[in-house]
Amino acid sequence: MSYSATAHHDEHHDHPTGIMRWFTTTNHKDIGTMYLIFSLIMFMVGGFMILAVRAELFQPGMQLMQPEFYNQLIGVHALIMIFAALMPAATGFANWMLPLQLGAPDMALPRLNNWGFWLLPPAAILLTLPFALALIGIGDGAIATGWTFYAPLSTQGGIGVDFAIFAVHILGISSVMGSINVIVTIFNMRAPGMTLMKMPIFAWGWLITAFLLIATIPVLAGAVTMLLTDRHFGTHFFSAAGGGDPILFQHLFWFFGHPEVYIVLLPVWGFMPQILQTFSRKPMYGYKAQVYSLWAIGVLSLVVWAHHFFTVGMPIPALVYFMFSTMAISLPLAVLFFCWIATIWRGSMTFETPMLFAIGWIILFGIGGLTGLVLADVAADAQYHHTYFVVAHFHYTLFAGGIMGIMAGVYYWLPKMTGHMYSETLGKWHFWLTAISFNLTFIPQFFLGLAGMPRRIPDYALQFADFNAVSTVAAFVLGLAQLIFIYNVVQCARGGKKATDRVWEGAEGLEWTLPSPPPYHSFTVQPVIK
Amino acid sequence: MGMMNANEERQKANRRLGLKMLWLVAASALFAVSLVPLYDVFCTVTGLNGKTENSAAQEFQSAVDEQRWVKVEFTSNVMPGLSWNFHPKQNSVMVRPGQIETVLFEAKNMTNEVVAGQAVPSVSPSSATTHVKKIECFCFVRQELQPGESKVMPLRFYVSPDLPQKVEVVTLSYAFFNAVKAVN
Ligand code: HEM
Ligand SMILES: [Cu+2]
Repeated sequence: MSYSATAHHDEHHDHPTGIMRWFTTTNHKDIGTMYLIFSLIMFMVGGFMILAVRAELFQPGMQLMQPEFYNQLIGVHALIMIFAALMPAATGFANWMLPLQLGAPDMALPRLNNWGFWLLPPAAILLTLPFALALIGIGDGAIATGWTFYAPLSTQGGIGVDFAIFAVHILGISSVMGSINVIVTIFNMRAPGMTLMKMPIFAWGWLITAFLLIATIPVLAGAVTMLLTDRHFGTHFFSAAGGGDPILFQHLFWFFGHPEVYIVLLPVWGFMPQILQTFSRKPMYGYKAQVYSLWAIGVLSLVVWAHHFFTVGMPIPALVYFMFSTMAISLPLAVLFFCWIATIWRGSMTFETPMLFAIGWIILFGIGGLTGLVLADVAADAQYHHTYFVVAHFHYTLFAGGIMGIMAGVYYWLPKMTGHMYSETLGKWHFWLTAISFNLTFIPQFFLGLAGMPRRIPDYALQFADFNAVSTVAAFVLGLAQLIFIYNVVQCARGGKKATDRVWEGAEGLEWTLPSPPPYHSFTVQPVIK
Repeated sequence: MGMMNANEERQKANRRLGLKMLWLVAASALFAVSLVPLYDVFCTVTGLNGKTENSAAQEFQSAVDEQRWVKVEFTSNVMPGLSWNFHPKQNSVMVRPGQIETVLFEAKNMTNEVVAGQAVPSVSPSSATTHVKKIECFCFVRQELQPGESKVMPLRFYVSPDLPQKVEVVTLSYAFFNAVKAVN
């Protein structure tokens, strides 16, 4: 098949250049690039915040900041990492790769796509602006409730809460727009002959994510809107004095919040098997089993939310139901793990950086899932709830499972996107430093949690000092290691060894049939799949 | 030309499907809004979460269960923002299911302002929630106290005879909130 005709078509099709190109673009590759860059910037902002927190926790006692400011940092860190780093990165990949993998000329609704992206920067500004406003004497800083907005803390907080509520509204609208676009693209834009069960598994992962977003974002938006009216318009949704109930907020929040953790992971579960099969040089194992498992997890994730607040005083039958339904999620998840391992089993593996990240990801994300099972046990959770054990658990899932997964994807597709090879040496340094310092940061936190150190508190008892010191030093190494990543990505974008079309010896899929980088408009004539 | 038309066709189809997706979004939004009343109904009907019906129950006529004692304990809390003293006059009573009992609570306004408070009840265990029937309660309405005033307030209630057999102790807890603050 020859694609030079499509590439040629590009020349006499003009589009804005310079800065306006980026504001007005409806091109999926441009928008994907913007999402990915935005995500990387916010990843650094969120990371910077949490290093300040770790610095405070280096020793017991209060050293660097006021407790209020500490609370603001942890809350905004989490909101940024989830909504402004992980989710946009996944959407960036959807934009770049879905059309290429499906053999489509672009996303289905290009203008909507442009709006979806440009909502993000204002939302990020809303989240962080209260920090700056406090400096000039307006308000008392950013949201200090943690990312969970629990009432009554959030009904009493300062203007930071209002800013965060509006930011969540905007981010939610952006996510819903992105989801609609993904769904329509997948249903309407596949190359002729590509049935649903023939489409790349990345598309399945994203399709389920999109449906979950549409099902849960309105619930989150509703919850924070009620919060807003409780704060300013005299309603009492969450105030017991007025006949409301703060526990209702937890139900609403986690009805969104639990599916959210799968929303950020499903896209990664989508492309990871593609990476594994590429570097094992054999087809992925159990495509169908994976598709069904992804669906099972997506559906189950909607009915387990209350495991986040076992300790509020639920009746026994409710505890038992939420415990077993939560544990049931690990069955399809185990099927996925099995398929991933079976994919690389006895393959002719090579360990380029994407594969290193992919293998590290299987192991570390596995630890995240197993510790989740521990927390799902009602009796055990009574001890571990709201301790550093939970913090360590969700960093194994979100940092290892989410961010490190995304990084595997970045290294995998970067040569395709830029047309250049990144530095393999720097990539390996990045992987090993990240994997080691990540574990050194968070393994101590498991022990701290087991010993009873509560989360979201800026000071701690003396007996926790050693583990905290280790964790802080490792966290700074982890932060610094990411500078290697940024340097490597930037260098790769600017030049380097030319990448071939196929890039990786074992790469399969339509995106690898295009030149690297692909022309501005690709697949204007759709390939036919047999 | 045929190419062009195919493209436009597809764009139309995309827009149509995109708009259909908005119905899904609307359905989720509707679901979100309906969760609030659903939650309330669910909690009141099942008694989960200790929420009791905050209005007067019918005066009860049928037989008192002479075979059984139930211990009813009282606890009291004053929430931040309300400078009152508030406590039950007796920590617990033994009752026969079906027998109407009156107990007293006392509240005192410690400030030199007129303050209104609202008491919010909660029952545990939750399997007992729907079986505690209040005939008269200071929690049905707001209470207003003059500066320094103290007031003794009655609660008339009974425990219904169909309280599950395994429940031997019921705790009735009251939290007093500043009613004015709550409204503003
Ligand atoms: C088999 C898989 C999993 C199980 C059984 C599980 C179970 C749990 C449970 C029971 C909690 C609540 C603990 C507590 O607060 O006491 C929890 C917290 C959490 N989990 Fe998981 N989990 C699993 C996988 C995941 C994944 C894949 C993610 C993210 C991608 C994730 C992210 C989180 C987060 C963010 C929290 C803490 C939220 C907060 O309180 O701020 N978990 N998990
Ligand atoms: Cu969860």
